[in-house]
Amino acid sequence: MSELHDTHHRADLAPGDEEVVSVRLRVLGYLVGLALALLLTATSFFVAGTNLVWQPSIPVAIIVLAIAQMGVHLVFFLHITTGPDNTNNVMALAFGLLIVFLVIGGSLWIMDNLNNNMPPMDQIMQMQR
Amino acid sequence: MTDIAIAHQLPGLAEAAHEGPASKRIITGYGFWIFLLSDIVMFSCFFAAYAVLQGQTAGGPSGAELFNLRNVAIETIFLLLSSFACGMASVAVEARSHLWFQIAMAVTCVLGLGFLAIEFREFADLVARGAGPSRSAFLSAFFTLVGCHGLHVSGGELWLLTMMAQVFAKGFRADIQRRFLCFALFWHALDIIWVAIFSVVYLLGSAA
Repeated sequence: MSELHDTHHRADLAPGDEEVVSVRLRVLGYLVGLALALLLTATSFFVAGTNLVWQPSIPVAIIVLAIAQMGVHLVFFLHITTGPDNTNNVMALAFGLLIVFLVIGGSLWIMDNLNNNMPPMDQIMQMQR
Repeated sequence: MTDIAIAHQLPGLAEAAHEGPASKRIITGYGFWIFLLSDIVMFSCFFAAYAVLQGQTAGGPSGAELFNLRNVAIETIFLLLSSFACGMASVAVEARSHLWFQIAMAVTCVLGLGFLAIEFREFADLVARGAGPSRSAFLSAFFTLVGCHGLHVSGGELWLLTMMAQVFAKGFRADIQRRFLCFALFWHALDIIWVAIFSVVYLLGSAA
């Protein structure tokens, strides 16, 4: 790494900024990201419509592929890394993910409980009459 | 005590403590990153609403009857290539190449508009078939979630054209570069949200 570059980002890196300075390597990074994302997308669409795999595993496979593709986007397009210059960005991301999982997981959990433990809507209407 | 001793042995940590405030680029980028995460948290609420209401079709059509996966695949490829073109624009900014920047941004813009055109046609088609947002709770949640992403892309298109004009008129000034950093983060984040939408809404919706 050149000295000039080191003086620019010694402690921190803005999200989206890369350590790599060579144009060729940066373009290559985006190309690798694009190839991986296309591969994962194609797999997702293929798995969704195929009869070749055990059917109940398809939703899990689609979700795993989606999470993998989000990871590819974060690393190759947004340049979020595990390096020490990225600690703040990763911590913010981790907190955001915590909230996302609480909101989605919590909603599904609570609403599923309600669906199981409450009588259907028409019965509730009759009880109110 | 030992912590302090270790901090002095690691040059990076010790110097970071004496470096003073971070550069404006890092502060701007980090602040925008926090905004993007809060935007993603907002989308997670729409995703939660959609997941809960997915089966509540009120006797109307379900996702499996409505969705056209070929269109969704084309939309996905448009948005992914647009994200890639935006990355090329980032490289062009670093390389200070006006020509490549404008070419990459124009490609980003056209692919984004293609995505919006397909999405708009899909929405118009659904409404024409009587499957508008007021048909069922499922469709309300669907139009809210996907429409909100579409609105973000539309806003991003306006921002994109603004960035092209600003770079054309003012060149690669430090403040313009910070704005472009934020725009690139925004555009890539929209693609991440689209990955969640095509997987959860369209692929899972068609499989179920």
